[in-house]
Amino acid sequence: MSLHSTEFSQKVHAPDQPLLQVEGLTKRYGPRIGCADVSFDLYPGEVLGIVGESGSGKSTLLSCLAGHQRPDLGRIAYDGRDMLAMSETDRRRLSRTDWAYVHQNPRDGLRMGVSAGGNVGERLMAVGARHYGQIRGKAVDWLGRVEIAADRVDDRPSAFSGGMQQRLQIARNLVTSPRLVFMDEPTGGLDVSVQARLLDLLRGLVRDLGLSVIIVTHDLAVVRLLAHRLMVMKSGRVVEQGLTDQVLDDPQHAYTQLLVSSVLQV
Amino acid sequence: MIRIENLSKSFTLHNQGGAVIPVMGGASLTVSRGECVGLTGQSGAGKSTLMRMVYGNYLIAGGRLIVGDLDVATAEPRQIIALRRQTLGYVSQFLRVVPRVPTLDVVAEPLLALGTPTAEARDRAAALLKRLNIPERLWPLSPTTFSGGEQQRVNIARGFAHAYPALLLDEPTASLDATNREVVLTLIEEAKARGAAILGIFHDEAARARVCDRQVDVTGFTPKAAA
Repeated sequence: MSLHSTEFSQKVHAPDQPLLQVEGLTKRYGPRIGCADVSFDLYPGEVLGIVGESGSGKSTLLSCLAGHQRPDLGRIAYDGRDMLAMSETDRRRLSRTDWAYVHQNPRDGLRMGVSAGGNVGERLMAVGARHYGQIRGKAVDWLGRVEIAADRVDDRPSAFSGGMQQRLQIARNLVTSPRLVFMDEPTGGLDVSVQARLLDLLRGLVRDLGLSVIIVTHDLAVVRLLAHRLMVMKSGRVVEQGLTDQVLDDPQHAYTQLLVSSVLQV
Repeated sequence: MIRIENLSKSFTLHNQGGAVIPVMGGASLTVSRGECVGLTGQSGAGKSTLMRMVYGNYLIAGGRLIVGDLDVATAEPRQIIALRRQTLGYVSQFLRVVPRVPTLDVVAEPLLALGTPTAEARDRAAALLKRLNIPERLWPLSPTTFSGGEQQRVNIARGFAHAYPALLLDEPTASLDATNREVVLTLIEEAKARGAAILGIFHDEAARARVCDRQVDVTGFTPKAAA
């Protein structure tokens, strides 16, 4: 399995080449549209936010991009490679080494019967780490970054609150330094103070490691602080996309104007 | 450095009967390196709108808007992100930051985004905070709980951390006492001396007279109300 660790250590950053290229992506559920004709490029170190009401196709799009569902039409290229022509084995390897997926419900992204430290450590082992002390050390370090105390490392996630489970899921996903992270409403169940800490952590990773992120959320305040670019979806289609602050401050589409003007001020 | 030609802008309010509100037309001006141009005109005349268009925050309906060698009117979001990181700084009236991040890191962030080593970026941030008289005991704290004047100074420190070739300043001396106002005016003069092109809004007339080489009244760019 030396191949994995070599690939892992040779992550190249070429900011002038898109990391992910999506063209005309369409997914139908029978006669209903999941998402239709979605196109965008994502570059290294870029954060793309996707907003829109429930049922607008955000999660369908994310799961197609991450390979959890197969689109009916369109093209997805990751680092120049055609994802839809890739073998299942290669795709799974990528999803271990290069990608991470943070689920809305932490139970979908965690192994509930394994300790917190084990949840983080097994991702390291999947990319070739074997030294127990180093694995445990790195697990404790990452639990600390998401504000889970070291004395909880041997507890199972089932003994954690919902917010702690979500933070654990994020640590499990980021510990292997992926290049591309998919996030589906990651901050939904978190206390605002923890949410702020996570935003800071993510911004640091984006800045220092060139991490690319696609984040689906309802929270416009979160995208304003985290996302460079914003895509607004309605009824499965992208109605508007652009620079995040431009879309929020000068929305062009009727739906975006409604969305932005409906936010309650605090 | 900044060249604006025949710029226009309107807002279409889709949820209020599709009303189209023209807010600017025929706006033209230039700002050279080392020059500071002040925008004047009554409240609502379009000073902030023009600044927001230069920053890429408002979409441009027509005309050309060149900053450095980029036409902001037709640029891709990715090009504007790079422009803001390297070339074009903006000191707005409001500080918008991730809560809980220490003030020192808030100020160092523009430098870190350019790949400056952390220690060097923090040193530069510390020097600016000191100059702007933010007490050192506040540096490890988030600026979200600071007073209006302190937040304003943190915002200014952040805007001057990197030596941007072009700078937008929206009321940089508002809510400052005489001592700090003097520090800010000196920072502006230093930026001009190193060749920065500055476009600013200053309600403080004495400040405007001191740092601005020219003034442009945006009233001339405001479309006449339809009869």
